[in-house]
Parts: sequence; structure tokens; C-alpha cells
Amino acid sequence: MNIVREIVWPLIAVLAAFVVGGIVILLLGDNPLTAYSLLLSNSFGSVRDIGWTLHYATPLIFTGLAVAVAFRCGLLNIGVEGQLYVAAFAAAWVGIKFGGTVVNIFGKEENWSWVSLPAIILIPLCMLAAIAAGGLWGAIPGMLKARFGSHEVINTIMLNFIGIALVGYFTQYFYKLPGDPIQRTAEIGEAAHIPRLNQFITAIPYDVPLNVAFLLALLMCVVVYVFLWKTKWGYELRAVGENPSAAEYGGISTKKQIILAMTISGMLAGMVGIGEVQGTRHHFESGFSADWGFLGIAVALLGRNHPLGVLIAAIFFGVLSRGEIFVDAFTRYVSKDLGWVLQAVIILFVASLQMYSKGKGRTAKV
Amino acid sequence: MSEIVIFSLLFATIRSATPLIFAALGGLFSERSGVINIALEGLMLAGAFTAAVVTLQTENPYFGFLAGLAAGAVLAFVYAVACIRFEADQVVAGMAINFLMIGLPALISGVIYDSTGSTPQIPLENLQPSVVTGLPWGSILALAIVPICWYVLYKTPFGLRLRSVGENPAAADAAGVNVINLRYTAVIISGILAAAGGAFLSTGQSSLFTKQMTAGRGFIALAALILAKWRPVPVLLACLFFGFTEAATITIQGMIKLPSGEGIPVQFIEIIPYVLTIIVLAGFIGTSRAPKALGIPYRKEN
Repeated sequence: MNIVREIVWPLIAVLAAFVVGGIVILLLGDNPLTAYSLLLSNSFGSVRDIGWTLHYATPLIFTGLAVAVAFRCGLLNIGVEGQLYVAAFAAAWVGIKFGGTVVNIFGKEENWSWVSLPAIILIPLCMLAAIAAGGLWGAIPGMLKARFGSHEVINTIMLNFIGIALVGYFTQYFYKLPGDPIQRTAEIGEAAHIPRLNQFITAIPYDVPLNVAFLLALLMCVVVYVFLWKTKWGYELRAVGENPSAAEYGGISTKKQIILAMTISGMLAGMVGIGEVQGTRHHFESGFSADWGFLGIAVALLGRNHPLGVLIAAIFFGVLSRGEIFVDAFTRYVSKDLGWVLQAVIILFVASLQMYSKGKGRTAKV
Repeated sequence: MSEIVIFSLLFATIRSATPLIFAALGGLFSERSGVINIALEGLMLAGAFTAAVVTLQTENPYFGFLAGLAAGAVLAFVYAVACIRFEADQVVAGMAINFLMIGLPALISGVIYDSTGSTPQIPLENLQPSVVTGLPWGSILALAIVPICWYVLYKTPFGLRLRSVGENPAAADAAGVNVINLRYTAVIISGILAAAGGAFLSTGQSSLFTKQMTAGRGFIALAALILAKWRPVPVLLACLFFGFTEAATITIQGMIKLPSGEGIPVQFIEIIPYVLTIIVLAGFIGTSRAPKALGIPYRKEN
């Protein structure tokens, strides 16, 4: 019964979003059926399509988990976007500074690094840099909330602006190749690269950038599940989310849990940087995130803040991300901005239907 | 500093503060009735986009402004239905409204103007005319509604009911106030005011709508509201303060050089209001007290 409820309401929300989206498409002057069939056929049609869909889902698994962990503690982390930018830059910085000689985008060899570390050290070092930077950027609003009681929603939004501006500054003034028209850093050393999955599975075409980060994302679903439901810390974190005053009465420090939840949330957000910098791009680029941090909110809500739900919801949004490229290209009026509308409608419906699925009010006070 | 610089800084402060004053006063009504309004950003965008499009199409800034307000009211109604009728989490629903207004204007503008990034420039003669040179009437209106809001909130029966609903809805209900209707009204007023701020942004301060042109102003307005402890006159002062930082940073950018002779990097100028918001929230929230029923849906006891 419980499981049915957990699945039915998100499905209704998705259906509602497609109906509203269809009306919007119709009003714009395109055929919703054409748009939706483009969406689906290009995300599931072949191994290549599925590979791309999972590739697009990967950052959303991380950001969805990030938002979900904060949600479970009663916090809304809208700062995932800023956290993943700071993290991606940190990973790139380590990859540049410890990566040795690289061939730059102009085909010339150059050396930005202090020392050249072997892959076995550099890969985990870059990963740790991303996780630490994301965790730090998440911990700040957590500490501000715990210490001063200032609302994490406003602080995380402000930290998004600040984080993105700061890494933009470092990129532009210190780590950009002279003459490069794109706002991006130099390439990271080859020893920092993580392998693509098509190196192990020949069925995946060469152009699919799906990489080891996807496996890390799957692993994180398990880790987050074990953490939240099988450890004392996770229990305390959820207790604070369910009822802060009862938790405090039961001897749990809400302040500690708030900082912990925001730090873990930021660390998960930071893992987006691993896949993007070490796996896909091999440099940091301004504007690389397709609003994954914000999409994470929809992913978490749709996935009912449960790791398994997050995984399914992330793949669903992966379908949208893969498919909307084709919808954008092959319809007259519909652009990628439709994604925002669908997302907004899904969030509105999930939030509004919660009163029916839980019977009484909401689960956690955000 | 010469008089000209001081005057231009003063006017620039008022211009920068105008959208914040509208939006923060909007937030005031909603939050005083007990509904968190994190959707201010989206409501402003609705006003900004509609005002720009209608001004472009009718070549009349007044029609544009009014249409912007109407768009704000409609969107606020949607938000109110989610928060009040369906008891949706107000912060989550508010963010959804913000996301909707990132996508929807871009889609519509793509159809009308073949560009998802921005509308065309509004011709100079169709912008909000200035009352004094450099001060569009939107700014005067913003300054004028502050005392009106004060009067409504503290001197009218509506204001009394509004405040009581935000503090203790059960008691207000027992005294015969229709809590649900009052909250709907408050949220819609909030939408109209926030949209006015957005409309000023696209047809008064600048001359076109660009995607996400509010750039966090809705959230800064919310910070101003918290800083002002949900009171109209302090709201004005807080908004002028934020307006001043925005105006000053633009002035500083041209005037102050680093020791190396280069200008200050634009990124550092950009983040000043955001850093200030964080500091202000951290420093003032201790003495600030939100309406008691803020964020809690009201359900009549049976």
C-alpha cells in the first residue's frame, strides 16, 4: 500500500506535467505529440541513445541525492549549483597543478603544473578536491543556519552567485589559455582522467562520454541509503528533519545535524565535478552545468527523497535532457526552455499532491 | 565629491532600490498573512516580461505596466492555490514558480521575437517617462506606496486582520476572520507589487526584457524584508541600503583602480550585494522575529 502510494503520486505529477507541457507546446504553435515522440525516440532508440541518456542522468543522480539528504534534515539546499561549480573548479585546479605536461586546445604542448603525479595518486586527489570544495561550500550555509539561524534558502542562493563569480574570476585571470575565446581553464593532466565506459564495454559507441562517474553515482545511491537508514548519524539527521524540537528533546544536537547534512549535501553536489572535469571535459568551463543543481530539487522531490527514487527520477530527467536537444532542433517553436516549465509543473504538483499521499500535511518542515 | 556625483549617486540609489521596494512590500503582505513568499523572483520576472511585451506591442508604457501587474496577480493566484488550497510546502512551491518564470518568458519570446534570450529594445519614447531627469515615475510610485502600505497595515481593519492571521490564525478565525480568503488576497497583492518591481526593471530602469534579468533581486528583497522585521518603513530603508550598494559599486567600478593600475575585476563588484545579504542576515536575524504562523498552512479544526 505504502509502496503504491510512493509510486502513484509522482507518476501523476509527471503525467500532469506532460499535459501542461503539451498545452504550452500547442499554444506555442507546435504539435505536442511530435515533440514528445522526438523526446522519447531519441533517448531510448539505441544503445547510443541510452548511453547518452545515462550520461545526462549522472550529474542529476548526484544533485538529486544532494538535495534529498538536505531535505531529510528539513533543509532546502538551493545551493547545489554553486557547490558543483566550486567543486569542478577545484578538481580542475588539482588536475592542472599536479598533472604534468599537456597538449592544449591549440595542439601545443605546455606545462602549467608544479609536479607531475601518477594516475593512481592524481585521480583520487582530484576527486577529493571536488568533494572537499563542494562540502565546504555546502557547510557555509549550514554553519550560518546553525550559528545565526539565517535561512539556508537565501544564503545558498547568494552563495551560488558568489561561487560562480569567484571561479569565473580565477578562470579568467589565472587559468585561461591566452587567446582562447571560451571562458575555460587549461586542460588537466592526462593522469587525472577517469576512463569512459566504452573502454570496457565495446557495445557502447565511441562517441558516448558515459564514464566511471556513472558507476560512482550508483555507488552513492547505496551509500546514501545505508547512511540515512542504517547508521546512527543518518537516524539523527532524519530525526531533526521529522521534528527538530522532539529531536533536540531526545538529546540530538540539531545544529550539528544541520551542518552535517549541508556538508554531505555539498560533497554529493561536488561529485558532479568529478564526472564533468575528470571524465567528460578534462577542463573547467564557465557555464558547464545545464542547471543541474536546480534540477536536483525536482529530481529529489519526484524521487520522494529516497536514493532509489532519485535514481529513477534522474534517469527520467536524463531522458528530458537528451530528448529536448532533438525537440529544440526539430520543432519550429519549442526550445530547451520547455524543460524549465516541465520541471516547475512537476515540482508544483509533487508539492501540492503531498497532502493526499501522506494524509496529513507534509513530512518535514522546510 | 562634486554635487553632480552626489546627485547622480542619489538618483541611481533610488532607481536601483525601486524594484526592491516594490518586491519587498509585496513580500510584506504575503508574509504578514503567514505565507512565505520565496516566489518574489518569479513574480518579478512575470511582471518584467509582460510589461516589456505589452509595451512593445501597444507602444504605451502605462498599458505595459498594468499588464505586468495583471500577470503578477495571475501567477500569484497559482502560487496561492498551491500553498493555501493544497498546503504545498511554500518554499518548494515558490521555487517552482521561479523556475517556471525562467522557462516560460523564453519560450514565448522565442515565438514572438524569434529570440529566447531577450525581447527587442523598447524605443526610448515608450519607456516610463521621467518625472525628474533620471527618475522614472515608477520610482516615485514606489516611494509613494510605502506610506500607503503603512497605513493599510496599521490603520485599517484589513491590516489588523492581516496581521492577526499571520500571528494566530486560529484566534483570528474564532473572531470571525476568513483566514483562507484573507491569505489569498494577501498573496495576490504580493504578486501585483512584486510584478510592479519587475515591470519597472524592464520598462523603467532598462529598456528590454532579458532572461533572468532580476538576477536575484527577489531574494535580496526578501532579505531586506527580514532585515526590516516585516515593517513597511524599515523596508524602505533596507531597500535604499541595498540600492545604494548596487549604485555605489557601479560608480566605484569606474573610479577606483587597483595598485597595479587595472580596474577591479567585474566579478568582485558583482558579488558585493550578495555578500552583504549574507552578512546582514547573519547579523540581524537574532533580533528579528517572523510572523508566528509564517509557513504553516491553516486548516480549520472540525
